[in-house]
Amino acid sequence: MTKETDVRVEDKLYQNRYRVDSGRSHIKVTPHVTPSPELLALVKLCPARCYELNGNGQVEVAHDGCMECGTCRVLAEGKGDITWTYPRGGYGVLFKFG
Amino acid sequence: MTEKFDAIVVGAGMAGNAAALTMAKRGLKVLQLERGEYAGSKNVQGAILYAAQVEKLIPEFREDAPLERHLVEQRFWMMDDASHTGLHYRSEEFNEERPNRYTIIRSQFDRWFSKHVQEAGAIVLTETTALELLQDARGRVIGVRTDRAQGEVLADVVVLAEGVNGLLGTRAGLRERPTRENVALAVKEMHFLPRETIEARFNLKGDEGAVIEAAGTISRGMAGMGFIYTNRESISVGLGCIVSDLAKTGHSPYELLEAFKRHPSVAPLLEGSEVKEYAAHLIPEGGYKAVPNLYGDGWVVAGDAAQLNNAIHRERSNLALASGQMAGETVAELKGRGLEPTAKNLAAYKTRMMESFVMQDLKKYKDMPALLHASSQNFFLTYPQLVSKAMQNFVRVDGTPKIEKERRTMKSFFAARSLGGLLGDAVRMARAWR
Ligand SMILES: Cc1cc2nc3c(=O)[nH]c(=O)nc-3n(C[C@H](O)[C@H](O)[C@H](O)COP(=O)(O)OP(=O)(O)OC[C@H]3O[C@@H](n4cnc5c(N)ncnc54)[C@H](O)[C@@H]3O)c2cc1C
Repeated sequence: MTKETDVRVEDKLYQNRYRVDSGRSHIKVTPHVTPSPELLALVKLCPARCYELNGNGQVEVAHDGCMECGTCRVLAEGKGDITWTYPRGGYGVLFKFG
Repeated sequence: MTEKFDAIVVGAGMAGNAAALTMAKRGLKVLQLERGEYAGSKNVQGAILYAAQVEKLIPEFREDAPLERHLVEQRFWMMDDASHTGLHYRSEEFNEERPNRYTIIRSQFDRWFSKHVQEAGAIVLTETTALELLQDARGRVIGVRTDRAQGEVLADVVVLAEGVNGLLGTRAGLRERPTRENVALAVKEMHFLPRETIEARFNLKGDEGAVIEAAGTISRGMAGMGFIYTNRESISVGLGCIVSDLAKTGHSPYELLEAFKRHPSVAPLLEGSEVKEYAAHLIPEGGYKAVPNLYGDGWVVAGDAAQLNNAIHRERSNLALASGQMAGETVAELKGRGLEPTAKNLAAYKTRMMESFVMQDLKKYKDMPALLHASSQNFFLTYPQLVSKAMQNFVRVDGTPKIEKERRTMKSFFAARSLGGLLGDAVRMARAWR
């Protein structure tokens, strides 16, 4: 099997166009002590790597690079791990090609 | 904004544009809401466009639609880590006056489509997110609330064309949020190269195009597919896997994409390209069994929001266009006959859908998604590896007697999957196909 080297997602996202709604995240992680398996899965699964583990072992989200795919909503909204809504009209990712 | 419309369409993707255009053309007062900066700015596709359905909506679309290449060649690749076994179909007959399939770039195509919707008389409000459906005391949908000031708008019918991740319908309890088994996460990059380079690498001339659909070890045993589509001056490269599989295995989508791009069969096609975008989007994959209720009092749902996807023939925006058109026709017809858009009357939309190729095709393959998913290790890992081994055994000349070679190939199949397993998979596949 080919070895998967470290991919720099930030470099990929750098090519994209966004209108970031600063200070207004459309995704919120519910405060928790230990993250659920779904939240942990998102650290790897989120294609924009918006989810990270912090120093205390909790999962945090930074919405800047979000491509609004909704994968985290499908996985983690059901049990209340996150809340998800669309960014305000006109904000968020703006695909040049799509 | 307390003006009342005949219909509100939520979303300006394929389904929403088809619905809005159809209704506006028939003289209905239509409001279309799109949360993106412009129609298409939130939408992602490979993207193959099937002409027949577009022709029904805009007969002369070839004159000014932003089409990339018409397809003359289709390649299917079954891959292991070092090889691919290919089935290629190419025909000069696809160089016809009215080509059958094109590659497109969604953000450009949707913007073009939206222009036609506006010319037909619909009011299109972009940069406007619909936040929730407005319902009367009896649960009938009567409009939507948007994120604009005084943002409530009323209509006789709301057409939900809000895409696979649509919030409105699920929040109002009209359908469930898609499950992790029923959606794939796809990531995609746009690789730019001079058009002559693309034409040389893919054996094309002029506006001819080729597409590659790939499956095998690239998805690491998960149910998934890769694709490589030629545009005029760019190549779309992407890969998608079922979300539940990704969650279980912990593979990152971008790592899978990188490995796909580095595959020795793929890398030379992309060499020297400049990547100008990285996109991610969900794809509905549940098939017939995942299609929700399509209508109710004052609403209908179309396109990806209704999980309409024929994964075998890779038609999705095609089904979005067709369902949007049928939704629009149903609403316009009721209006023309002076009938209320109650659930009882809107059932005509479902009838239309069931009688059309949309639901007939989905029904034909109703067992396919579950089969591929349940046996993903076999179909996406074991078999591609075995086929590759068999091909190599067949092609390589090394002095081994052919009878011995065949014996080795057979043995490798039985070792990996028992005879019962092989037969069982064949029967299940045949049944799901039938
Ligand atoms: C990587 C990839 C490759 C694909 N390749 C192909 C292919 O080759 N051929 C094919 O036929 N299909 C393909 N598809 C599938 C195709 O893209 C979809 O089936 C198609 O886009 C569905 O159209 P739609 O109108 O239902 O949804 P969408 O195109 O997703 O449109 C939904 C629209 O609604 C808007 N919206 C949603 N909610 C709101 C709200 N609350 N308020 C306002 N606006 C809202 C969104 O911004 C969006 O514009 C592919 C998909 C992906 C991800």
